Amino acid sequence: MDIVKAEKLKYEYVQVDEEGNEESRSVAVDGVDLDIKAGDFVAILGHNGSGKSTLAKHMNAILLPTEGTLYVDGKDTRDESKLWEIRQTAGMVFQNPDNQIIGTIVEEDVGFGPENMGVPTVEIWKRVEQSLKSVGMWEYRGHSPNKLSGGQKQRVAIAGVVAMRPKCIVLDEPTAMLDPNGRREVIRTVRELNRQEHVTVILITHYMEEVIEADRVIVMDQGRIVMQGTPREVFSHVEELKGYRLDVPQETLVAYELQKAGIPLPNGILTTEELIRELEKVKQTHTGSQRTQ
Amino acid sequence: MAIKVENLSYVYSTGTAFEKQALKNVNLELPDGQFVGLIGHTGSGKSTLIQHLNGLIRATSGAVYYNGENIYAEGYNMKKLRSKVGLVFQYPEHQLFEADVFADVCFGPKNLGLSQTEVEERAREALRLVGMKEEHYKQSPFELSGGQKRRVAIAGILAMEPDVLILDEPTAGLDPKGRDDILDQVERLHKEKKITVILVSHSMEDIARYVERIVVMNRGQVMFDDTPREVFSHYRELEKVGLAAPRVTYLMHGLQERGWSVDTSATTVAEAASSILKALREEGVPEKRN
Amino acid sequence: MIREITIGQYYPADSVLHKLDPRVKLAATLIFIISLFVFRSPEAYMAATVFLGAVIYISKVPLKFMMRGLKSIILLLMITVVFNLFLTPGTAVIRIWRLQITKEGIVTAVSMAVRLIYLIVGASVMTLTTTPNDLTDGLEKALTPLKKIRVPVHEISMMMSIALRFIPILLEETDKIMKAQMARGADFETGGLIKKAKSMIPLLVPLFISAFRRANDLAMAMEARGYHGGEGRTKMKPLVYKKRDYTAYLCLLAYLILMFLVNRLHLVTGLLGI
Repeated sequence: MDIVKAEKLKYEYVQVDEEGNEESRSVAVDGVDLDIKAGDFVAILGHNGSGKSTLAKHMNAILLPTEGTLYVDGKDTRDESKLWEIRQTAGMVFQNPDNQIIGTIVEEDVGFGPENMGVPTVEIWKRVEQSLKSVGMWEYRGHSPNKLSGGQKQRVAIAGVVAMRPKCIVLDEPTAMLDPNGRREVIRTVRELNRQEHVTVILITHYMEEVIEADRVIVMDQGRIVMQGTPREVFSHVEELKGYRLDVPQETLVAYELQKAGIPLPNGILTTEELIRELEKVKQTHTGSQRTQ
Repeated sequence: MAIKVENLSYVYSTGTAFEKQALKNVNLELPDGQFVGLIGHTGSGKSTLIQHLNGLIRATSGAVYYNGENIYAEGYNMKKLRSKVGLVFQYPEHQLFEADVFADVCFGPKNLGLSQTEVEERAREALRLVGMKEEHYKQSPFELSGGQKRRVAIAGILAMEPDVLILDEPTAGLDPKGRDDILDQVERLHKEKKITVILVSHSMEDIARYVERIVVMNRGQVMFDDTPREVFSHYRELEKVGLAAPRVTYLMHGLQERGWSVDTSATTVAEAASSILKALREEGVPEKRN
Repeated sequence: MIREITIGQYYPADSVLHKLDPRVKLAATLIFIISLFVFRSPEAYMAATVFLGAVIYISKVPLKFMMRGLKSIILLLMITVVFNLFLTPGTAVIRIWRLQITKEGIVTAVSMAVRLIYLIVGASVMTLTTTPNDLTDGLEKALTPLKKIRVPVHEISMMMSIALRFIPILLEETDKIMKAQMARGADFETGGLIKKAKSMIPLLVPLFISAFRRANDLAMAMEARGYHGGEGRTKMKPLVYKKRDYTAYLCLLAYLILMFLVNRLHLVTGLLGI
């Protein structure tokens, strides 16, 4: 079953002036169809302003579609009676680590979601312990969030969502404000949650290195889905990605440059190991063919 | 000799439980016209260091010389120093405040006590240098995109006509195209105006592409200070302090380990590709197969 | 530097006082302060001194932290003492030019000073031994009856704890903005009042915009985590009275009775004309 399903989803930002008259209207998401299978790790790529964050905010019913429908675990997000169920099913982690931590102590922040859900006290403590351990922040439970690094704060925020036992976690550019080490920490945590707890992960980002291990990559531009497929399929189209203001990993770029120079390499090389392996093959087949001549 | 840092040390919160030595005996010379990259993980002291260069933080001990003058000497004009050593902080949101873009860029030169016509002239020139078109002049800075905000913030500093431009992570939060646009603009600026640029960044790939010299900070000390090729050849040591070399460095070393004769000091995609190509050609692999 | 200002002066230590339910401490502080103003004999003050001394001793907080709070009221204290000393009518003890210090003046001045000092120190004992969070929790629980008259107790306490979390962040941000503007030649120190006020604009505009943005983000994050007011909410750390809390309440009662008795004793000795 699809955990998130969008049908012709459209969202317009309407700007009104002081008298309440419509001033301007801009389409942020423009007719998106989407199915995300439970248990998948899906990355949504796009430049700033491509509509990817607007799409993400629909999955938690923070935004409601102007047209079309979005279902979370089969529930229409416009159905107000299901609102809290939907928010519990699809947890959300935001960009700025400071602006989403509510508690003054790490463990209290993680308990915030379960408290809102009316979970009994004993059960809250169990969940807080489990989720802090699953993101590797258990030893920091008594700390003030203000003393943590950016990556640690984001892991606390993720634990806060995990404690609500969601089927799906939507991360809206969780690494945009972090340094490389923080970024690695967060991505590692998310990947482990996906593999070990089988939580569906929807990662919104514009860093290419973060999507290499996703099951599926969706590229957005001007509110539309313009490319999708496995990372390998998507990264095969270097020029097209550049056209969408995006990048590819450096290994892919080197391979692409070599291909242009006539070296027979396969499309969509993603990692250093892979490129080295393929280059070795090129060398061997060539020296091999030379010997037979 | 534009900036000279001598035995600089800085201690935070002296005498409290939070006492921390942010800088330890830093010595650095930054001659005119260089494009320098400053790297180090969060908390390595790089932000503290750049704030010493324009006198925003006063050293606990040691000295900073600007054009041969000690900036801690009595009666030294700090305001003038700040206009000559321009520092653009990471978040443009921390400095944009005026009703429109043009007025905001005027703030710096106005503080220097220049005449209105000169202030406006400088603002116009600065906005041109960062590639902001006239149609944006009357726009509110808060309505701009992330990349445009950054340009306006940089223009706000450039309008004071600094000789040194320090940029603290100017690309944080920008998408790849926005990042390239800003850095290309800075590079043009460096070439056109011959000003010294100090680029603080977490991205080794960016640093490798633009700078001629890299200063690596670790635990408040200068760990390496050399050309990108030299610095990145120490990639194992860099990893130990939470940094890394550009990804192509790993590729080149990996190939060398397997007996390829490639240039392991390549730091950019173009360098790596041409070195691999050369190695393949030496093996007799034809360049173009028809 | 501005970031060194700490909000809430909690002093971490392992004492019974630290472990007490915040409601007990709130009640004790309130009762202690009231007792200072109701019972005004020297004997009562002596009893209050013993009580306060014992509490400070139990708290394991160094005395100098207790005294820190006094710095802020030193001026108020001096004014109170001087006014009472010179302006209370009665039998003159010393005359200086046209001013006179009366016996009654000395008594009121001393008693006012003692009351003020004890009030501040008493309140400090509470804030030093209670985390800001416990304090808000305690207030919320203690004020629950007010919900009946539609006082939004939960919302007030939620606002207080959010403020506690964001004040350090905003202070740090203020510091950053100040530096960013100083790098553009802004001057926050020199000049007259009007110039100074004007120079605050480049600081306040970014600060307000950032604060609003944070508020907006936070509201969204809270909503996303299922926050919908205090209705149907459970507590991770519910306040439950333990044995030591009841013991503390008994001690408090004992203190009150003692105060009442020593105060009466004073009446007796007073009647005897001593």
